Amino acid sequence: MSNPKTHHAPMRTPLGRVRGLGSARSGTDHFFLQRVTGAANFVLAVLFVGIVISIAGSSYEAARATLSNPLVAVVILLALLSVTTHMRIGMQVIIEDYVHDEGMKVLCIVANTFFTVAVGLAGAFAVLKISLGG
Amino acid sequence: MADSPSRIERPLSPHLSIYRPLFTMVMSIVHRITGGALYVGTAILVWWLLAAATSPGAYDLFSAVAGSWIGRLILLGYTWALIHHALGGVRHFIWDFIHGFGAKERVLLAKATLAGSVALTVIVWVIALALKG
Repeated sequence: MSNPKTHHAPMRTPLGRVRGLGSARSGTDHFFLQRVTGAANFVLAVLFVGIVISIAGSSYEAARATLSNPLVAVVILLALLSVTTHMRIGMQVIIEDYVHDEGMKVLCIVANTFFTVAVGLAGAFAVLKISLGG
Repeated sequence: MADSPSRIERPLSPHLSIYRPLFTMVMSIVHRITGGALYVGTAILVWWLLAAATSPGAYDLFSAVAGSWIGRLILLGYTWALIHHALGGVRHFIWDFIHGFGAKERVLLAKATLAGSVALTVIVWVIALALKG
């Protein structure tokens, strides 16, 4: 098992290696993606609140006219991408913290992925249909 | 294969039930709770987009629910959760750059997050109601 090029002791314990847990060299990605999407969400949410206020209370036609504006549509599409990614990894952390049964944990994480992708794609489809399809 | 020995009962580190609730600790929990609430809130916003993409009837149904007192209460709660979570995120960014860990700074940041979230929620709703009624 030992790599001839590296003679230092591995950081992972034998048990950790057998279970497939421990460092997968991807721990920082998760943290960093949460910060990157968080920063993007901040800017996009400010714009989104402005869009919602401008549409609130208006008619079906007026709402669609605003939503089909390219700038508005692009802001909402970016927000959906960034927000649902942030939602997915944020909820995954919550699941990992509170769901201790291994099978249930995997089930919850998969359901979380399905939910966030479905919400993001449904929202994106709606915006594109209003903008392009009528 | 021989039976593996039963798991050793190791002592647990002190957890929530041990500590007296602290302001910063409660704010951390609220950050997580608002995040969870926004998770559901995004689905409501997507319902709005889908309604606008579907038909005038679907849009009227959403508008009726959103305009009802319970709908407005949920939207008010959503606004507060969004702003609180956003300001809480800014707090995390400050910590990421290794600032704000002092005893006084921690409490100040927590207070600013809470006060800011309430104040901004009021401002957003005053603007929205002034413009739209």
